Amino acid sequence: MNKLSTIRREWLLLAIIAVIVLAVGARAPVFLSWRNSMDIANDSAILAILVMGQMGVLITRGIDLSVASNLALTGMVCALVGRAWPGANIIVLLMLAMAVGALLGSLNGWLITRFDLPPIVVTLGTLSAYRGAIFVASKGAWISDQDIHPVIKGLPREVWLGLPALVWFAIIVVALTGVFLNLRRAGREIYALGGNPHAATYVGISVPSRLMLVYTLSGMLAGLAGLLWVGRYSIAYTELAAGYELTVVAACVIGGVSIGGGVGSVWGAALGVLFIGVVNGALPVIQVSPFWQQAIAGAVILISVTVNARSGRRAGRQILERASGTVERQGAAT
Amino acid sequence: MSEILLSLRGIHKRYGVTHALRGVDLDLRAGEVLALVGENGAGKSTLVKLLTGVVPVDEGTITLHGTVQRFANAQASQSAGILAVHQETVMFEELSVAENIFMGHHLQRGPFIDWASMNVQAQAVLDKIGARFKATTLVKDLSLAERHLVEIARALSQKASVVILDEPTAALSQAEIRDFYGIVRQLRAEGVGVIFITHKFDEIFAVADRYVVLRDGSAVGTGVIADATEQGLVKLMAGRAIDQIYPTIATTPGEVVLTVKGLSHPTEFQDLGFSLRRGEILGFYGLVGSGRSEAMLALMGLNPQAQGEFTVHGQRLEARRPADAIAAGIAYVPEERQRQGGILDFSVQHNISLAGLSRFARGPWLSHLLESDLCQRMVARLQIKTQSADTKMSGLSGGNQQKVVIAKWLGLDPRIVILDEPTKGIDVGAKQAVYQLIADMVAQGLAVILVSSELPEVMNLAHRVIVMRRGRQVAEFDRQSAQAERIVAAASGLDIQQKQEAVAA
Repeated sequence: MNKLSTIRREWLLLAIIAVIVLAVGARAPVFLSWRNSMDIANDSAILAILVMGQMGVLITRGIDLSVASNLALTGMVCALVGRAWPGANIIVLLMLAMAVGALLGSLNGWLITRFDLPPIVVTLGTLSAYRGAIFVASKGAWISDQDIHPVIKGLPREVWLGLPALVWFAIIVVALTGVFLNLRRAGREIYALGGNPHAATYVGISVPSRLMLVYTLSGMLAGLAGLLWVGRYSIAYTELAAGYELTVVAACVIGGVSIGGGVGSVWGAALGVLFIGVVNGALPVIQVSPFWQQAIAGAVILISVTVNARSGRRAGRQILERASGTVERQGAAT
Repeated sequence: MSEILLSLRGIHKRYGVTHALRGVDLDLRAGEVLALVGENGAGKSTLVKLLTGVVPVDEGTITLHGTVQRFANAQASQSAGILAVHQETVMFEELSVAENIFMGHHLQRGPFIDWASMNVQAQAVLDKIGARFKATTLVKDLSLAERHLVEIARALSQKASVVILDEPTAALSQAEIRDFYGIVRQLRAEGVGVIFITHKFDEIFAVADRYVVLRDGSAVGTGVIADATEQGLVKLMAGRAIDQIYPTIATTPGEVVLTVKGLSHPTEFQDLGFSLRRGEILGFYGLVGSGRSEAMLALMGLNPQAQGEFTVHGQRLEARRPADAIAAGIAYVPEERQRQGGILDFSVQHNISLAGLSRFARGPWLSHLLESDLCQRMVARLQIKTQSADTKMSGLSGGNQQKVVIAKWLGLDPRIVILDEPTKGIDVGAKQAVYQLIADMVAQGLAVILVSSELPEVMNLAHRVIVMRRGRQVAEFDRQSAQAERIVAAASGLDIQQKQEAVAA
């Protein structure tokens, strides 16, 4: 029954996205153009990569607020390496970005598991620390277009099989996350420990190692996103993507990932990303002022959190005998 | 005699200053059911935690299949073949039944989880134990009794050589218990060693081969069930004969102080209605999870989805918020005193004064004098054993903590007191004190609702007993008509003859 309602929720979200697209398209046909669609897709792609990492963390009842700082720091490191080493190729840089990101993420995981600290405090701390490290690494200077390594700039402009490279990256990350969370033991254990940490210990799940894993993965994806971001916008500086972690968390929440842990699907989170992408793309097209854009985005987040909280509220324990046949229907629905 | 499967020697466990286990010895043979009995707090749960690797052993050895084991974590204990069905179900509510059964050892095909096989195998185990739900159902949609079946299925799905059953029948109906006995016998026939923890003596005599009695962290007696008697076991458990623990309740109920009509909730309970008189003890009996506590929470305005009509002293009460109920003179002493009842890091005095600080107001300030005066009176009245009023609540024994929680509410001078499992997890001496306190309360003209799963408690104290089963009020007995068999039968939805068959089988 509940599975059914979450599925309905996701279809509902898809329907809302479709309505927005058609309504805005009717008013400003340029919105439906291939070029504009690809702009939205490219913007959403980086968000999707970050959201997949964040979702794993949220499912464990944690939060990773350091993703945007991680992204900017890794982006800066890649830009600096690219400037210093003209012979670098894209594979090496991708590896470097993911390694640096994973290292920064695993530092979060280590602090959280080793000292048993609340994730929100740890990642709030590293949010500032990583941001500060960018300033130290770059001495406060911008790395602008001409100093960004050509392969970094080139990657987001590649088109493979008719789709931009960024979109392919997002598709691969989303697919791998789906496989990991649904078909791998570690993925299922992440749901289990988020749903009931106490019971997870009882069935022999190693909670610290699973937490290490989700924070490291979140960091690794943030690192990958950093390289792609620097390439797409051809710039690296201290304030890059500042505050973007909130958009990432918002996309997760809109997509039905529970802040309370244990609940969330790849499909829902991907729709959350699409929703934010479409809304952000649509508001300028219908000439809403940037200030209103922020307010509207905020309102949307509040509405979806409220809807989530209402549907997620425990309806009470099932004590009364159910009408016969209910169980059968539940079985069939899943 | 078959080989010794599991053997414990000189097991010690300390939690801070509490010496929970003091040198326990225990042997379990293959193909036997060993009943582990003892009062609450005797150390049974601690022993289970050690065996399942949830907490480490301080001293002593655990030998399994002739090898000394040191379980670093729950995984190690499980792979050594020890499995537990826990008293409090440890489940993942958002996940399916099949996944709960296989969590920690998912079936895989190559690198990926094999969902199809897991569902099929889980369904096979569920069918074997007579569960009537699908393996793909989400656990949050199951009742408490059904969840217990999932726990049992979980233990059966793994090849275990030792199975620990920690009060597995607390929420099961009589028919389900009968199926359960069959499962236990089947395990024994397969050569599994079963440790069976229960409070119900009829179960011990129905399925166990041998017993070990724990008291205050030590094994104080062991033997063959065939040679044991219930009185003998009780005496071992308590360390003394416990005949006179119930005070005489001499009050005659007066005028009606509380009437409840049509109290309903979408999933938890339906159409409850009862009245309560001055000086009366009204017992609420039922299996764990039958909806008693949920109904009491509704009465206190703590269950927003509940609907119903309450009349207190002739006045209609809109108990939408706890403050309304408190203002109407109702006090609720909750079941889980550590979670809902008291703040362990606060002093005794602060815990007692917490519910109604405005009483101590002097202008905008709190008067420390008024506060400590109330506290002194309560400590004296309830005979709370504490070093001083400033001792932290965590430094008190379970029984005294319970008295502090009760004192907090009595300090408000309520007219109606709801006590939810007031003796859960406290020793006999403290129980006796709580019973005396209940007797004093009704003698002073209070009306008491006593929610309890302990039948003797309800039968000895209550003027009337209301029996709940699966969220419904199924029977009501007054003192004359209250017989243990009839009450149990009503609570588990079975007539008496069937019950006797169940025990005899």
